[in-house]
Amino acid sequence: MSDQTTTPPSAAHARETTEGRVYTVTGSDWDEVVQAAADADERIVVNMGPQHPSTHGVLRLILEIDGESVTEARCGIGYLHTGIEKNLEFRNWTQGVTFVTRMDYLMPLHNETAYCLAVEKLLGITDDIPERAQVIRVLLMELNRISSHMVCLATGGMEIGALTVMTFGFRDRELILDVFEMITGLRMNHAYIRPGGLAQDLPPGAVDKVRELVNILPGRIREYELLLNDNAIFKGRTQGIGYLDLAGCMALGLTGPVLRSTGLPHDLRKTQPYCGYENYEFDVATADSCDSWGRYLIRIEEMKQSLRIVEQCLDRLAPGPVMVGDKKIAWPAQLALGADGLGNSPVHIANIMGTSMESLIHHFKLVTEGFRVPPGQVYSAIESPRGELGVHAVSDGGTRPYRVHFRDPSFNNLQAMAAMCEGGQVADVIVAVAGLDPVMGGVDR
Amino acid sequence: MSTPPNPTPEEKAQLPAPRDIHGEPTGEPVEVRHGMFGASGSGDTSGYGKLVRTVAFPGAAARPYGGPRGTAAGEGEFDLVADELSGALAEAGIEFDEAVEKVVVDRGELTFHVRRESLPRIALTLRNDPALRFELCTGVSGTHYPQETGRELHAVYHLRSITHNRAVRLEVSVPDADPHLPSLVSVYPALDWHERETYDFFGLVFDGHPALTRILMPDDWPGHPQRKDYPLGGVPVEYKGAQIPPPDQRRSYN
Repeated sequence: MSDQTTTPPSAAHARETTEGRVYTVTGSDWDEVVQAAADADERIVVNMGPQHPSTHGVLRLILEIDGESVTEARCGIGYLHTGIEKNLEFRNWTQGVTFVTRMDYLMPLHNETAYCLAVEKLLGITDDIPERAQVIRVLLMELNRISSHMVCLATGGMEIGALTVMTFGFRDRELILDVFEMITGLRMNHAYIRPGGLAQDLPPGAVDKVRELVNILPGRIREYELLLNDNAIFKGRTQGIGYLDLAGCMALGLTGPVLRSTGLPHDLRKTQPYCGYENYEFDVATADSCDSWGRYLIRIEEMKQSLRIVEQCLDRLAPGPVMVGDKKIAWPAQLALGADGLGNSPVHIANIMGTSMESLIHHFKLVTEGFRVPPGQVYSAIESPRGELGVHAVSDGGTRPYRVHFRDPSFNNLQAMAAMCEGGQVADVIVAVAGLDPVMGGVDR
Repeated sequence: MSTPPNPTPEEKAQLPAPRDIHGEPTGEPVEVRHGMFGASGSGDTSGYGKLVRTVAFPGAAARPYGGPRGTAAGEGEFDLVADELSGALAEAGIEFDEAVEKVVVDRGELTFHVRRESLPRIALTLRNDPALRFELCTGVSGTHYPQETGRELHAVYHLRSITHNRAVRLEVSVPDADPHLPSLVSVYPALDWHERETYDFFGLVFDGHPALTRILMPDDWPGHPQRKDYPLGGVPVEYKGAQIPPPDQRRSYN
């Protein structure tokens, strides 16, 4: 024992045997290391996220790695769950818009439209929505598609080190958000599209501002192309990465740019038109490379096509009502800008407070109680920037939704992460996930 | 709050037939609600407490089902889908009426209410049969009807055919006491997360799912939050001296 206390365990010590003096080397765990390498069942599990700049919010990727390559990949989600679907059951149908716009925060106007289309289908007033409201919905949705794709490119570029793409993307997205702010009052979380139509008409000057935007954006989109289309590094990072072919996409239920990158031109705007999309001329962008590079090209092309649609919307915009004519459904308030800010219009106040008792009762009932929706269930789906955004809405005949379920494209598409990343490099996981473009607000709801 | 007992089948038969917004008879009564303001026992003297409303969901449809691209005789794609499904099931030796409880056509959508034992067979047929080819399943959603004794929990699947550009809905109901139904992950791998979500929020157990665990709520969360008997929670808020109750305790209009 005295020998061990005086010499450190790492030092070699000697003992006498019949074979003479034997030295035992105990300086390291080298034998264990060699043995472990020989057994090769050592698993290194790396948690990427939930707080990680390249996981798009609070996505947690659980990667089992062998050196630089990923042998197994899984997602951990739920960190942003806010119980929106449960909350909807305790608010009236109109108030629901305020909740659903916060789900996938990069496509608030698509969330609102999908929800409103479901409520309108339940009410049976789909064909009664005024033309002007439909055109404005399409216009806003297409602008929203561009702004969403810009964020996808911006964050996707930033994650692989292309910081200029990030500054360009967010710079140009801000132009679109300025237009949203002018029209709806907010950059995000608009609650502008309502069951039956819109919260209010376009403000004066909005059409000119959109036209100005439509003139600027093609040049900006051209800048992305000049920056990336022949960029050897960007191509090297994205080509052949995040590969998923048509069979994989169909099995995993993928839609949107990921499905179209396999060459299948599936777009609900063409196959199941809503909001009058059958009246617009546009092409469905596809690629056949099944990889992140193809998805990038599709997003660029979709931005151009969206601009085409926006221009057609501007030409089509004719004066008219923006809310359904049925006074039992239409929101009774009439907003107007007064000296003290935006509020109920003086004409409307004079009517309900001074002239018509019935109008006052009607206003009060609709605002506090809401309208009733006949019992039944519907599924309405729209083509969001990320794929099929479906709403399953159930009514029990009351003034509140009985159940609303959002089939969010990000939630579904994220399932493909493992199929895209396993067997690849750790660095390519980031590119593959960026190509899926998940938004955790929509995934977790 | 005391809820009047739900009607027995005999009592249901005596109820006034539910009518739709146009006054036409419609649907199947599943529940009767009394009063107007959701909460009872609040000393309501307005008289609205005596209101009775029958909740009726759209009932079984009769032929022809109609649907898009219909003929003059009223037949449409829904008839086609039902015929093809019926034929394909017959080839497999399954009686359509045994597997499908009822067919509902409402608001331009076709719903097959399927018995849970038949669900995988029907889903496989819908996916594989060349005349049906519902290759895309866009998820499963749960619904909780606590008043429907013996069929409290519903699982609702939405299928889409890109080949034929159609959509169909499958609905399965199971009792709360035995919330098991077969998993469809082997037919539609896309349902992996969707079934986990439905299990998480409704407690529907999908037998045969590769790893049925919670997905959005924490692993150790008690209960299934989207069930109707699960409270929303919340605390009262004071505003200008008045107490505003949390949303699930506010007046509602049932």
